Amino acid sequence: MTDFLSVDDVSRIFGPNLSLGERIAARLGGKVETRSVRAVSDVSLSVRKGETLGLVGESGCGKSTLGRVIAGILPPTTGRVAIDGAPVMENGTKVTTRVQTVFQDPFASLDPRMKVGDTVSEGPIAHGLTTRGGARAYVAQWFERVGLDPVWVDRYPHQFSGGQRQRIAIARALAMQPDVLICDEPVASLDVSIQAQIINLFLELTRDLGLTSVFISHDLSVVQHVSDRVAVMYLGRIVELGPVAQVFGTPAHPYTAALFGSVPKLVLDADELVRFNAIDGEVPSPLAPPSGCYYHPRCPLATRTCRETQPRTQPVSDLRAVACHHFDAHLKARSSDAQAGRAVKT
Amino acid sequence: MTDPVLSVENLCTHFFTRAGVVKAVDGVSFDLARGEIMGLVGESGSGKTVTGFSLLGLVDPPGRIVRGSVRLAGTELTTLPDARLRALRGREISMIFQDPIATLNPMLTIGQQMKLAIDAHERLSRRAATARSTELLTQVGIPSAAARLRAYPHEFSGGMRQRVAIAIALLHRPAVIVADEPTTALDVSIQAQILLQMRDLARETGTAMIWISHDLAVVSSLASKLAVMYAGRIVEQGPTATLLRDPRHPYTAGLIASLPAMTKPGTPLTQIRGTTPSLLSLPPGCPFAPRCGKTTDRCREEPALTEENGRGWRCFHPEGSNQEVPA
Repeated sequence: MTDFLSVDDVSRIFGPNLSLGERIAARLGGKVETRSVRAVSDVSLSVRKGETLGLVGESGCGKSTLGRVIAGILPPTTGRVAIDGAPVMENGTKVTTRVQTVFQDPFASLDPRMKVGDTVSEGPIAHGLTTRGGARAYVAQWFERVGLDPVWVDRYPHQFSGGQRQRIAIARALAMQPDVLICDEPVASLDVSIQAQIINLFLELTRDLGLTSVFISHDLSVVQHVSDRVAVMYLGRIVELGPVAQVFGTPAHPYTAALFGSVPKLVLDADELVRFNAIDGEVPSPLAPPSGCYYHPRCPLATRTCRETQPRTQPVSDLRAVACHHFDAHLKARSSDAQAGRAVKT
Repeated sequence: MTDPVLSVENLCTHFFTRAGVVKAVDGVSFDLARGEIMGLVGESGSGKTVTGFSLLGLVDPPGRIVRGSVRLAGTELTTLPDARLRALRGREISMIFQDPIATLNPMLTIGQQMKLAIDAHERLSRRAATARSTELLTQVGIPSAAARLRAYPHEFSGGMRQRVAIAIALLHRPAVIVADEPTTALDVSIQAQILLQMRDLARETGTAMIWISHDLAVVSSLASKLAVMYAGRIVEQGPTATLLRDPRHPYTAGLIASLPAMTKPGTPLTQIRGTTPSLLSLPPGCPFAPRCGKTTDRCREEPALTEENGRGWRCFHPEGSNQEVPA
């Protein structure tokens, strides 16, 4: 299989938007924030056709920014995103409809003053996928596809529950007949019992429509469930990338291991019901990232090399890559731990 | 068994809105022993937060506690005059809220806010107040606490702000703390740090806690017993391990089964059909009946509480056991 969606060396920098007065003040030594944030740094990845790539990390790690760059909502500062070889953006403008997005909050992402049917048909009409006359039938078809009653097209968003609104948002994205779907925390704002419904819908739709997707979430168990491969981000960089079972089973990066370890997990068939460990410290400010490896201040394995040089991304196996100076030692320690039957600690 | 520090009986909090009466909390009963942590689990709108607010007498109109009793170390709170309730709030029973940004005053330093919280109940010298504040901030894991007293809330990260809120709740060593989703807004690595600290704090100080959350795994990591709420009622309660391994109420069983970790990756999750009901138009009888796979004609009546071995549930057709509740 070939790469379908490719992200090449993408960085996105947010600079302070200084007014003339602020620039003068800064020049004269005033306290004006002139530093910029590298929300996404040198990210390269590719997603094969029909594959779901999970994107995980803590808040502020740049996963949403990367999602927006891939979706063509934000132009990258450097680098390029392409679908099937064709660029998503040219000169800062989105030039394709082949990638669509489902956002986290279905209360904010639907226009409260538009009938939901109009919200769903607006894009397809503008891009000639349907006509004004045919819009109703076209929308009805997508409503059915996502499990909504087509008679609801004339209702307004406030008449729907959170789960139903998220279905409408999914219908809006799919009605553009995209090849790539970006889901930015699509279930984070939903109730537990509704989450399962939307996850099942996502699994069914991506399979039936052959969609390629990027699934962004801070909830590792959800990502583990829906993704084929997963990328772990920390302070704007991808620290580890690989097939879900391998990355979750035997993490190569100490951060991946620590992140997975810190999620409380129910283990119903063991004495100890819930397992988790804490990582020390907090994520540093992206305005002033640490030297060398960004994770070194929190890493129990950090050495001088880690404090001084940024680790390059290197392959662990065919499908896996990791950005860590000491991943070999880390992997070895973990596998011997597992063999000894000890609880894996980080 | 020793006397419970908090005892709630048949608590009913209703909201009298123009659209009708919303029975947000409808007949909630539980006991909490000294130093015990109870998890209160439920989805949005299940009444878990209103239950927490009712315990502290924080329900605003159009809401009102219409029935039931809340006894804190023998004192009945529901009929207590406002002034006496204020004297207890923060001292004997306190609350930690979900959003630490909204909890703290952005205009005051952390030290000033902690001093205010101390002054509300005690006369302490400035020096003693500073010492107590520093001690508590250290206890909840804030580095260089003495210096941080002079900092404003915006100078703290989300996790650190929540720690400050926890320190303020602990200032007077209350008998009971109600924590309403205090880690939901935080990152998982910070959540883990706070959960471990809270577990130790409860053990050391003997403070009992009610931990409100929608996340079963988070609550279970702390609580020795669980109460599952649905549509204003506790539909099942019992010791954490028993309840999770052998749930009786179909809703509890459904919640556990719908966790992604319970299903092989890539395969459909077990889902509870339908949506959470509107409290304005609840069906008569069991509120879960329209979404339940085991519904029969009997479910049109409200099931009574069945109690067995220190646990209880409200269902005519409980899971796990073949015995039906005799008619």
